Amino acid sequence: MHLEEFAEGTSFFHRLDPRVKFISLMPYVIVVALMQNPVYPAIALLFSFLMIAVARINTKKLLNRLAAVNIFILLLWVFLPFGFPGEAVLRMGPLTASREGIIFALSVTLKANAIVLATIAILGTSEVFSLAHALVHLKVPNKLVYLFFFFYRYISVLHEEYTTLRRAISVRAFRAKSDLHTYKTYAYLVGMLIVRSYDHSQRIYNAMLCRGFTGRFPIITHFHMHTRDYLFLILMTVTTLILGILAYNGR
Amino acid sequence: MHISEGVLSAPVLIAGAVLSAAGIGIGLKKMSYDKIPQVAVLSSAFFVASLIHVPVGPSAAHLVLNGLLGILLGWMAFPSILVALSLQALLFQFGGFTSLGVNTVIMATPAVIAYMLFSPLTRRTNASVVALGGFLAGITGIAGGALLIALALVATGEGFINVAKVIAITHLPIMVIEGIIAAFCVTFLKKVKPEILEVGK
Repeated sequence: MHLEEFAEGTSFFHRLDPRVKFISLMPYVIVVALMQNPVYPAIALLFSFLMIAVARINTKKLLNRLAAVNIFILLLWVFLPFGFPGEAVLRMGPLTASREGIIFALSVTLKANAIVLATIAILGTSEVFSLAHALVHLKVPNKLVYLFFFFYRYISVLHEEYTTLRRAISVRAFRAKSDLHTYKTYAYLVGMLIVRSYDHSQRIYNAMLCRGFTGRFPIITHFHMHTRDYLFLILMTVTTLILGILAYNGR
Repeated sequence: MHISEGVLSAPVLIAGAVLSAAGIGIGLKKMSYDKIPQVAVLSSAFFVASLIHVPVGPSAAHLVLNGLLGILLGWMAFPSILVALSLQALLFQFGGFTSLGVNTVIMATPAVIAYMLFSPLTRRTNASVVALGGFLAGITGIAGGALLIALALVATGEGFINVAKVIAITHLPIMVIEGIIAAFCVTFLKKVKPEILEVGK
């Protein structure tokens, strides 16, 4: 199970300090998420595309991600235009699509994609563990970061357990259908995964005791701010401010 | 079960962030350092289990299992779901960082409700009472989640009423299946490793 699809590389984004990444991404994402009319989300989308280009993200993998995200958005396009009160522009039998509904759906689509692209370019280009490390510096509660750390670390282990169980099931000629036998099989599969995970956690706990865990992980790599980090932080802050001022005054 | 970025209005996003922060606070308080490995690796198991697609008539749905998670983890379902959703936001861009709070509330609140109402049942020794507890927890997880999604959408704008209705209706069959799976799963755990049902205390 390969989770960090975009983390390998040497682009500008791959070399940024993860702490800077969080501090610069969060305000941008919030400002974009709360925009109303579709003009400024479109500008944000262009800006996000620019970042994707600088980060040199693999196009094919990127398109796969975007497709997955836009399936939910597609559902909104089916229903939103017909639910909004407003000026009618299109009639289909008993349904009337309103101008406001279409504009709203368009704006949601642009915003969601702008945010997704920015997240991929900025956070996707770091390894998950260094992002978790950055969260410690950003004063996220230690317990939460450790929880995330172990959770992430053991996904691949449990996924392997899952594949093994899955293979055992198919060797016994299991075919998934809509019947009780299928549900029972899946329930026991999940149950077995839970039991295995519990056993793993006991071993981790024992290992922590052996190493005298006191609530802190020693880390040997440390972050250093470079000129590019300050530059990126300034660029993102200015962009976010300009977008915010334009979008919230220009309604 | 989650809502994408850019859909919800500011008041809904803020309410979600505040409520989830409260739930996470309680959950972290209950989670002593000793329990972190258990909660974390159980979360990994649920994350992997959510990859399973179950046939529902002509279509298929992936497992959510938030009701079952609630039975196992109690209030710690909040931090558990938060880390899972953060990873999804980070790696798959399903949901995202501004809607993280709302989405955590959507999935974790029914989990905690299932824990409070039905973990007394799953702690009993009678096998059919245990199975019933699991079934009701599974149903509560999905029904509560669907209801909260609908609520968040309608609170954002009345134009969402149709989408909200569709979401509620499509979750009905999933709800029953999750109930059945949770019932079998709790029964299984009770036989194989009953102490897992006590982690949430």
